[in-house]
Amino acid sequence: MTTPLLSVSGLHKSFGRTVACDDISFDLWPGEVLGIVGESGSGKTTLLRSIAGLIEPDAGEISYYSGEGALDVHDMSEPELRRLQRTEWAFVHQHPRDGLRLNVSAGANIGERLMANDWRHYDNIRSEALKWLAAVEIDEARIDDLPRTFSGGMQQRLQIARNLITSPRLVFMDEPTGGLDVSVQARLLDLIRSLVRDLGLSAIVVTHDLAVARLLSTRLMVMKDARVIEQGLTDQVLEDPQAAYSQLLVSSVLQV
Amino acid sequence: MYVAVKGGERAIDNAHRLLAEKRRGDPDVAEISAEQISQQLTLGVDRVMSEGSLYDRGLAALAIKQARGDMIEAVFLVRASRTTLARFGYSEPLDTGAMEITRRISATFKDLPGGQVLGPTFDYTHRLLDRALDTGAEVEPAATAPVSDDATPHVLGLLDKQGLIEPASCRPDEDQSEPGDMTRDPLTFPVDRDVRLQMLARGDEGFLLALGYSTQRGYARNHPFAGEIRVGMVEVSFVPEELGFAVCLGEIEITECEMVNQFTGSKSTPPQFTRGYGISFGHCERKAMSMAQVDRALRADELGEDRTAPAQDEEFVLSHCDNVQATGFVEHLKLPHYVDFQSELELVRRMRREQGADRQEAAE
Amino acid sequence: MTIEPAAARDTGYNFAYLNEQTKKMIRRALLKAVAIPGYQVPFASREMPMPYGWGTGGVQVTASVLTPEDVLKVIDQGADDTTNAVSIRKFFKRTAGVATTEATAEASVIQTRHRIPEQKLTSDQILVYQVPIPEPLRFLEPRETETRKMHAFEDYGLMHVKLYEDISQHGHIATTYAYPVKVEGRYVMDPSPTPKFDNPKMDNCAALQLFGAGREKRIYALPPFTSVVSLDFEDHPFEVQAWEHPCELCGARDTYLDEVIVDDEGGRMFVCSDTDYCASRRQAVSEAAE
Repeated sequence: MTTPLLSVSGLHKSFGRTVACDDISFDLWPGEVLGIVGESGSGKTTLLRSIAGLIEPDAGEISYYSGEGALDVHDMSEPELRRLQRTEWAFVHQHPRDGLRLNVSAGANIGERLMANDWRHYDNIRSEALKWLAAVEIDEARIDDLPRTFSGGMQQRLQIARNLITSPRLVFMDEPTGGLDVSVQARLLDLIRSLVRDLGLSAIVVTHDLAVARLLSTRLMVMKDARVIEQGLTDQVLEDPQAAYSQLLVSSVLQV
Repeated sequence: MYVAVKGGERAIDNAHRLLAEKRRGDPDVAEISAEQISQQLTLGVDRVMSEGSLYDRGLAALAIKQARGDMIEAVFLVRASRTTLARFGYSEPLDTGAMEITRRISATFKDLPGGQVLGPTFDYTHRLLDRALDTGAEVEPAATAPVSDDATPHVLGLLDKQGLIEPASCRPDEDQSEPGDMTRDPLTFPVDRDVRLQMLARGDEGFLLALGYSTQRGYARNHPFAGEIRVGMVEVSFVPEELGFAVCLGEIEITECEMVNQFTGSKSTPPQFTRGYGISFGHCERKAMSMAQVDRALRADELGEDRTAPAQDEEFVLSHCDNVQATGFVEHLKLPHYVDFQSELELVRRMRREQGADRQEAAE
Repeated sequence: MTIEPAAARDTGYNFAYLNEQTKKMIRRALLKAVAIPGYQVPFASREMPMPYGWGTGGVQVTASVLTPEDVLKVIDQGADDTTNAVSIRKFFKRTAGVATTEATAEASVIQTRHRIPEQKLTSDQILVYQVPIPEPLRFLEPRETETRKMHAFEDYGLMHVKLYEDISQHGHIATTYAYPVKVEGRYVMDPSPTPKFDNPKMDNCAALQLFGAGREKRIYALPPFTSVVSLDFEDHPFEVQAWEHPCELCGARDTYLDEVIVDDEGGRMFVCSDTDYCASRRQAVSEAAE
């Protein structure tokens, strides 16, 4: 029997009187892509940020199983957490501007995690950056350009390259195709899907868009009013939703 | 044969002699005395005392004279003098409620216990240059009124009694430690409100004015009302260890401004107005008001507000509000930087050469 | 000799201006700084009678380490006679009455801005640096709360991002002064705005090196014989500036040179920035000739 990669139990978080996450528990298995869907305000982004150690939950436990055993995400020291965040984990923000360093070139953005992990050979860093530019379908000639000269879709691809370069085991994505127009979205989704498959990544993807969830995730969790109301294999949930809200969500979106 | 420039020492001495001569101006014109400055440029003296953090009218007046009227230079002179003084201890907190009022206004209530007292103010004067002012004409004595024995309670205290405004405090309730001392402890962020207020109290009037103004223009808007501005004399007392009880050391003039700001609250906590506080030595009303606005803006985290504007950014505001620090560092650019510039020059030349841009130079 | 002997000091002030309480506080910070090489120790910097940015940190450190027996040298840009050096030396002559010198070898305490003397320092000497911005990460990350964490967690990747960016944009590491160093394999430190030419002199130096930043209220230190390594990439190693010509006054080939404009036709010459070193070399030559 294998162990899960991540285990969440009894997670609770409120902001003042507003409950954002209420008693949430689940396991994420290696190689699995978990989609968290729900309307805005359902608590899915708070859940993601709590798991990734970016906000402190009020109660509950989040265990990450690294190569060295189980780590309690909110009990580890800040340097340990930061190390995890720049090595085994990655976080892809909805807005590339939140995830990129805008005042340095694309190459420096991609190379940052390598340098943070003690790479000290310029040419090696650069050739690795070029490789990743190609992998996310950005013209290699743009390596020395600033991200602000890139289109929204390119910026998002750059953010993905910057995150995946250290071959993380677990990737968090918050509405990764959120701010993009439809054709750009489709291309980006294809890219993410093939990268996830080729690298054997595990991921948690938060989205309000069921189409995105269907394309990327193997398993689906539906959230409403801070609670998980339904979870299961993606096909299963989409084809035969049990909860009334899931049925509503599926029928309203997927008939298009 | 080239000889390196020498004689820095003589040049400095000569420059200082010239400075003294320029300071004196035309010797046919009577020399101004520090006493005259102290009596007739009172608001300038007040500012120098406030930002110099030393209550000494005579020294502040002398500093203004020595600085040729350059106020930041005068503040600097006062600070440098202050730093040499021995420290005996901390005074008791001022009881500004017991102030002997010369001016007291509230923009929140038309009438209130103790009344509105305009006092000596530029407000409501027409800003027309008064050519008669420089002719030595006698000044008509001001009207006087008997000193009132009525109490003049703080306006915000009246609101506090009704629970309408948050209680005044510098620290979280559970923190009972002594207030910090920004002149004795190095500043390490984040800081509590006590240390923030200390830094703002000696902060540059112009900088705080601009920041306060920015909050009124939408950069961290917090709906200020001038709850109360009061100016007057308060007693300073001190408890010598040997005696164990407070002894009055004398009186100082203080300007205090308490702003009433945007209320907070939720469905569960009843709404209350919030506070911003400003204080200065002497009569520095603009400074006290701006300080109160900035104090309120800097409480963003504590009050659960998003930090979006410069005035809310503690590190930005506190790191840059001290004009002695600011002027020193800006003006240090006058010092020689030959060595660093040489480094840059060498690199730029090398890079230009590598790019073939600097043909002329390469040909040399 | 060139020592100007000790003389009566202005007794209106305590020895070396600062009161003893303040010196004690600064010495404590210095001890801590020596104990943790390269770590920036916050201290309650005092207002000084010279402006912030003009050496108040260095002056406070010098005032705290100075004894009546010391021989003080003050340089700015490598020279003893630049105006700010003259002004600081006068300040200590007046308030401490100590002996002063322009000869590096004769000094027991040397306060400097922007240079390290060319002559090798000894274990009897203290070098005091004036520091404007002590935080090497400041221009990459403006927030103190964040930079403190980066030091604490040894999270220095960003520093190399800057160097990477220099090379990718300019073909070179474009930092020519205040070039960041790593101290004893632990703390990244700003060597103050000395040219990178001087960085190697900090490494394994026999003298005690003390750094004072008055406006920013930080003190840091390098105890004698500390390892100081300039950051670089394996394939773009750290290198110091070199000149094509020797010093036109003393002929030295291994010193940092100042460029002097000699006419308005673009004529220029290069001379040692360390005036004492240059002068003593020339004197040695003329003595040998006699």
